[in-house]
Parts: sequence; C-alpha cells; structure tokens
Amino acid sequence: MSEQRMTQDMAEELKDTSDHDLIEMHTSGEVGETLLEVDHVTLRFGGVVALNDVNFEIRRGEILGLIGPNGAGKTTCFNAMTGVYTPTEGKIRFKGKEIAGTKPHKINHLGIARTFQNIRLFPEMSALENVMVGCDARHKSSVVGVLFRTYRVRPAEDELPESGIRRSLAKVFGVSRHTLEERAGRRRSMELLRFVGIADRAHELARNLPYGYQRRLEIARALATEPELICLDEPAAGFNPAEKEDLMGLIRRIRDLGHTVLVIEHDMKLVLGVTDRIVVLEFGSKIAEGTPDEVARNPKVIAAYLGEPDDAA
Amino acid sequence: MSQILDAVRGLALGERWNHAPKVVRWAVMLLVIAFAFYLPYLNILPFAYIRTDLTASGSDWASVLFLIVVYMIVAVGLNVVIGLAGLLDLGYVGFYALGAYSVAIFGSTNSPVVQALQSRFGLSEDWAVPFAVCIPIAILVSLVAGVILGAPTLRLRGDYLAIVTLGFGEIIRITFRNLDGISNGAAGITGVPVPPGPETDGRAFFNTIDAERWYWLALAILILLIFLARRLEHSRVGRAWLAIREDEDAAAVMGVAGFKFKLWAFAIGATLGGLAGLLFGSKQQYVEPNAFMVNLSFLFVAMVVIGGSGNIFGALLGAFLLTYLPERFREFVDWRPFAFGVALVAVMILRPQGLVPSRRRAREFEDRRHEAEEAAADV
Repeated sequence: MSEQRMTQDMAEELKDTSDHDLIEMHTSGEVGETLLEVDHVTLRFGGVVALNDVNFEIRRGEILGLIGPNGAGKTTCFNAMTGVYTPTEGKIRFKGKEIAGTKPHKINHLGIARTFQNIRLFPEMSALENVMVGCDARHKSSVVGVLFRTYRVRPAEDELPESGIRRSLAKVFGVSRHTLEERAGRRRSMELLRFVGIADRAHELARNLPYGYQRRLEIARALATEPELICLDEPAAGFNPAEKEDLMGLIRRIRDLGHTVLVIEHDMKLVLGVTDRIVVLEFGSKIAEGTPDEVARNPKVIAAYLGEPDDAA
Repeated sequence: MSQILDAVRGLALGERWNHAPKVVRWAVMLLVIAFAFYLPYLNILPFAYIRTDLTASGSDWASVLFLIVVYMIVAVGLNVVIGLAGLLDLGYVGFYALGAYSVAIFGSTNSPVVQALQSRFGLSEDWAVPFAVCIPIAILVSLVAGVILGAPTLRLRGDYLAIVTLGFGEIIRITFRNLDGISNGAAGITGVPVPPGPETDGRAFFNTIDAERWYWLALAILILLIFLARRLEHSRVGRAWLAIREDEDAAAVMGVAGFKFKLWAFAIGATLGGLAGLLFGSKQQYVEPNAFMVNLSFLFVAMVVIGGSGNIFGALLGAFLLTYLPERFREFVDWRPFAFGVALVAVMILRPQGLVPSRRRAREFEDRRHEAEEAAADV
C-alpha cells in the first residue's frame, strides 16, 4: 500500500460516519443463559495447585469480574479457558460443549477471544492490519482462492463497483470471495478502531502506538474475531483514573454490542463499577461469588483481597 | 559503503515511486520488463559493460541471465518461507534438487525408471514421459516433499527447524547419489528433456546454444510467480504469516491456524524451489548429485537475507547480486569465497536488515540499534 493511497484511504475511512451495524454481534442465544461453565476445575503443575476445584459460570450478556490477589490463579483460569492449559480435573464447557484440550485457534473459532495482561500485539504490523488478522478468523478464502481467485460469489447490488466495465464484469463473473472479504474486513476493522477510539492512528505500526492505544488495539483485535465471550486480562493496568473511566464506558459499550464480557482486574473501583457479578479467587480457590455489593461486603473477600478490614471502606 | 547507501536513500526512490500516479508506475514497470527481455542483446556501449562475455574467458551472457532468473525464482520462494512466515529453512536446495531430478527421472530416456517402464510395458526406446507431464510431476513431488518435511518438523521452532531442514537438504542429495536404480547414482542422468517448441535452424527451439530463449522462458515464469506471490502477501494468508512470525501464540489465540499456514508457506516455498530446479535441470540437460551441495542452500539464504528479508524486490536484488557479480568478475575467481565472506560481514554490520528491506523490518532494526545505543549509554 503506497503512502499516497494510504492517506486517501485514511481520509475516506475517517470521513465515514460510524456504522455500528458493521460490528454488532448477532447471536441466537438468550440473555441470561449459561454461556461458559467452569465445572470443578483443578489444575496442577507438578506439586503446585494453581486452581483448586474452581466452579463458576458466565451468563450470556453479563459483565463478570474475576478478581483476587496476585497469584490467585486468575490468569491461569483464563489460560485454561482459552486453551493454553488443559485442566487436570474438571471440565470447561462453552455453550454446553466441552472445550478443555481444544487448540487455541479452534477455541477462538468457537467464540472466545481474549486480550493479554502483558500486551501481545503484532508489533511490526499496522494497527489496522492487527485488527484485520482478527477479522480473518471469520474469513474463509483459501490459499488457492487467494492465488487464482477461484471462488466467485455474486455480490449484492450495493457491493458492485461503480464504474462501467468493472461493474459489468462483476455482474457476469461475480467477485472473488477474497476481494469481498478483504473489503468487508477492512471496513469492519476501521469501524472497530473507531469504536475503541484509536482510528486516527490506524496506519501506524502497533509498536509505535502509545501504551493506552496498544491496550485498546488489543481489545479491537479481540472484538474483530466476533467472540460471544471476550475475556479482558487486566485491561486497566497502567491506566490513570481518567483512562480507567473511559475504559469502563468502553466495557459497557462492548456488552451493548452483544458480547459477554469477562474482566480480570486489580482495580476495585473499576470492577465494582462496571461488573454485574464478581467471582473472587484466592490461592487457586473460589472464596466468594455475587453482585459487586455482596462481594464488597463479604468478610472473606475483605480479609483476603482488600487486606485489613479497616481499609476496606 | 554507508555513505553510498545514504546517497541512495537521499534519492528517496521508494517515496517517489509510491507518490507516482498509477499510469506512471505501470509504464515504468512495463519498461523495466521490456528492458529485462531485451537484456541478452544488450550492446549499447556504456551499458554493455555489464555483460559477462566481454573477455574470451567470460561466461555466456544469456546463460548467466538465465541462472540469475532461476535463482530469483528460488529467492521469491524462500522469501515466503523465511521473510514472511519467519521459518529458517537451510535445506532449500533439497527442493531445488527434487524439481531437477523429477524431470530427469521421468523425462529422460537415459533414466533407469523410464528404461524400466519401457521394458515392462514394451514401449519403444525413445519413449519417456512428455515434458508437459513432467512439469506437474515436478511441482507435485516438491510440494509433497514440502508437506512431508513440514508436517512433523514445523512443530519445532527457530534453530531446531533450521537444523532439521539442513539435514533434509543433505539427505536428498545423498539419496540421489546412492539410488543407482532410480537416479543413476553419482553418474547422474543425461538427456533431461527440454520444453517442446518449433525447430529452428535444424535445432530444437530450446537447445544448449540459444540460451536467451531459456532466459525468456524463465523470466516469463518469474514475472508470473512474483504476481502470485504478491497476491498471497496482500491477503489473509500473508497477514497470517506475518502474525505467526511476530507472535505465534497470540496469533493462535486470535484464531490463526498457525500450523496450517506454516505448512502452506513451506509447501509454496518448496514448489517454487522445485520449479526453479526443473528449469535448471532442463537447461543443463544433465543432473548429478554434486550440483546440489549444501553450500547452495546457504547461498539461497544469503540472497534473501542480503537483499532484504520479507521484501520480494529485496530478495530479487540479492539473487541478482550474488549470481551476477561472481560471473562478471570471473578473472578474480580465486578471490570469490573471500569476497563473498567480506561482503556478507559488511552487509551484516552496515545494513543488517538487508539492502532493500521491507519497511517494517527497517524500522525493527533501527529501533534495536537505538535500544543498543541507549543501553550502551546507560553503562
């Protein structure tokens, strides 16, 4: 992509008015039904018990917080859910289907996406390309299809090119699926960048983006894979209070798009402010579960997580 | 050296190219292609000095051009494997050998396999598999070899993959040297078939004398392959390769089927290597195991790395320089390994990202240099 064309595209893309239809999730499930079930999961690394009989569920359409002191097993739990680790005992079911032991990319295709605690973008790709990799997860064009444009589809009327010859050709021969997917992926990615608020630097390499932008880019990339469940691993790490406030708004808007959200977070204000329910882990075991109010008042939680009872208020 | 590079950078060729209108870019591209096709006849004086046959001991100019283009095909293929997918393949010569040997084993009347088929099915002694059928065979053999080698080994990462592929290159060569009943052992196979064509001056169209025809054929294939490689690069496949190169685990969590795409990269690279080998073997009309030594693999990797890993045009430049310069300066043939070593070290010190790096690679190395300088300043 040349510099000039890039800036033209950029101008066009920025000019576009926001189009939420592009990024909205359309799911068949009902709000409130069990989406993911962590069923008595135990995970041991040699003699170390990282998770001990952890048991909770995530319901469709909610924002669930997963909290606990450092080393409580939050990220391990995450990793088990996204296929990085396989539980030693117990089951993890997503939409009723057992997912423990499924390969990470297959779990993503099932509808679970995540961000990383220590940002893991593709540093040498632009922000837009990073998000497009996410969009590609739902695309189907094959190597042969890309090479020889063999898979033709009949485009809808508004997807046809405007000019004469190209339009006629597209009408007769159809358009390759690759071309359509590429175009749709690009538009969707741009829309997602706008959604998380970093569209102004879409064409910069991810490594050159400021920290806050990188965090948001990770969220956009995860959203691009059209996950029913998106897991955010300490999304507010390193944020100042104003940025945390923005992030809370963003998390709510993600839920409003139709995603279910799981948040791991240290920051109590953020977790209490944004979540519907909270699960508390300590030393690999679940010690409490409930609404933010219940959890904040739970003496076990106060003792384990917030330290001395006096400080809890 | 670095001053020259800075001067070249001052011209800002890349910038100008990117800002030129589409018509101009097409026109320039067509001119370059036309000039490339004209090269064998190049005789206008200042330019003619680039010819390699100015002295009596020089190499045939068109043959050199042909070899350059064959190695360019290799570089385009290896660039997919090393530059895009980030898989260090040190046994690329194995695929090159497989391509050359497939066409020899099935297409030559002197090959033991063809002779066995003749006696088995009572065919005439001139019978061999037609050249047109040898092409898909060669492509298929190298593709399958790529998949067979890739399937178990692509689970390895980094240096381990390099070691396994290094072994593979040698295994192929040694296998061909020892399989007397298939590849005629160390003696090699003569009479490798050439592409069909109208007879001219009582000779076959593709013969050992008119090397420029081979060059044109290879050049046409190269242009087609560059076109296809660029299609891959700018698609979900290319993005998946880059993502794998950057962070394989994060790519998997984002739904990239890492193993599948790595295998594709390997298979595509192998196919291009096989095609290049097919052209080479067919032009030589003779294949022998010693033409596929392991140092050729290193030469291939050097082309991609010196030219600029991840950038097709960098890889092309690398292939050109490392093939052309030794032929042009044949009178210094004794100094060749020395010059090669010095050039490699010089490039690695002065321009580790390669002569024409991809934009991202350039920045990557630049950043690393700054980091190193900052670290040094801290001490």
